Amino acid sequence: MQIRLSPLFAGLVVLGLSAPLHAAEVQVAVAANFTAPMQKIAADFEQATGHQAKLAFGATGKFYAQIKNGAPFEVLLAADDETPAKLEKEGAAVSGSRFTYAIGQLALWSAKPGYVDDKGAVLKQGAFDHLAIANPKLAPYGAAAVETLTKLGLLSGLESKFVQGENIAQTFQFVSTGNAELGFVALSQVVEGGKLKSGSAWIVPANLHSPIRQDVVVLAKGKDNPAAAALVRFLKTDTARAVIKSYGYEL
Amino acid sequence: MLSDTDWSAIRLTLELASVTTALLLVIGTPIAWWLARTRSAWKGAVGAVVALPIVLPPTVIGFYLLVTMGPNGPVGQLTQSLGLGVLPFTFAGLVVASVFYSLPFVVQPIQNAFEAIGERPLEAAATLRASPIDSFFSVVLPLARPGYLTASVLGFAHTVGEFGVVLMIGGNIPDKTRVVSVQIYDHVEAMDYASAHWLSAGMVAFSFVVLLLLYTLNPSGRRA
Repeated sequence: MQIRLSPLFAGLVVLGLSAPLHAAEVQVAVAANFTAPMQKIAADFEQATGHQAKLAFGATGKFYAQIKNGAPFEVLLAADDETPAKLEKEGAAVSGSRFTYAIGQLALWSAKPGYVDDKGAVLKQGAFDHLAIANPKLAPYGAAAVETLTKLGLLSGLESKFVQGENIAQTFQFVSTGNAELGFVALSQVVEGGKLKSGSAWIVPANLHSPIRQDVVVLAKGKDNPAAAALVRFLKTDTARAVIKSYGYEL
Repeated sequence: MLSDTDWSAIRLTLELASVTTALLLVIGTPIAWWLARTRSAWKGAVGAVVALPIVLPPTVIGFYLLVTMGPNGPVGQLTQSLGLGVLPFTFAGLVVASVFYSLPFVVQPIQNAFEAIGERPLEAAATLRASPIDSFFSVVLPLARPGYLTASVLGFAHTVGEFGVVLMIGGNIPDKTRVVSVQIYDHVEAMDYASAHWLSAGMVAFSFVVLLLLYTLNPSGRRA
């Protein structure tokens, strides 16, 4: 069989080759809670540097397994600080490239306006069927939720009402569709530009759980990619930090 | 080896697959009968709807089930007005999802079996004054037995193998919605590869044995 390259395809190849040399691509694994801010940051990043960040969103634990098994990710923005540290120790990440890019805030959220009060008293009343949390074994926000309930002395009473999302995005989905009346989500999912997008929320005070430090690390596959280094640098710029803060993260 | 939560997931999975298969045989028989006998213009459309779960990604099914069965969806409103609450995060919800998801795997083998029987045995039964119902139970069902065997095994096995839909509407509740496939996923994500191996290897062995039995006992079932 004869293979013919169409002129269009040939043109695309030429275009691809003639793109400026400094514009590289970087494959980024992003914790689900950081989806919205990262999409903005990636757009800003592309504009500022010409590099392209290709984003994949998911649970940090899953990314760990994929990275250990040869996934092509070059940068990991984790939902915790343990996974990046572990990857670094195991030689799967570039040592010294790790830092905290955001400190996550936990929020108790309902899609219904006025359902969650600003002190979280709705938890004590317990007049609901389902409380959505992220799987505490896998997701730092889930672990923080369990910690919070433990401190409030409500864990044993509410455990039977738990429905677990495999990551924080799915947890949000359970609440936003109304299938769970309320749930512990990342503040970044329900806030934009410093304001609650919909429903009602209680921002869980930071003293009720250990801080959700989210670390970024350059992975072994991204060691020699200038775009990977540039992206990590970009996360420290004022532009990026302003975006991160506007979604309710601490820095 | 296997922990208590693993065993509870296995028990739940077998329960879900049994209930689903039993329901599917009851629901699937009239559908398969109609599809096998009808000359209606709707045959194509109904057949296509039944086959949809084969081609649709579980995410689509899970997403629509979550939205329609949720408190604001049409099914959710209906179940709430009947005092049943909403279906996501419940065992009943998983059964409904699995019935839909495994429907083609039960209907199609039965339909093939019905079609293979043809008109003649029914005509013969009718000349002997058997009522349609009588001839269905004493002629059609025995002749369609291989089809039913295939349908039961595939429906059961396919429900055991279900993952995406359960993940999306289950909420991972121990003893209620945490089935084996979800439990394996949890183990893998929590990097507990040893537990994941035990359960996964068990699934491989189970599936192989089931299909082996099917193909050995019922060689004609392969077509279905």
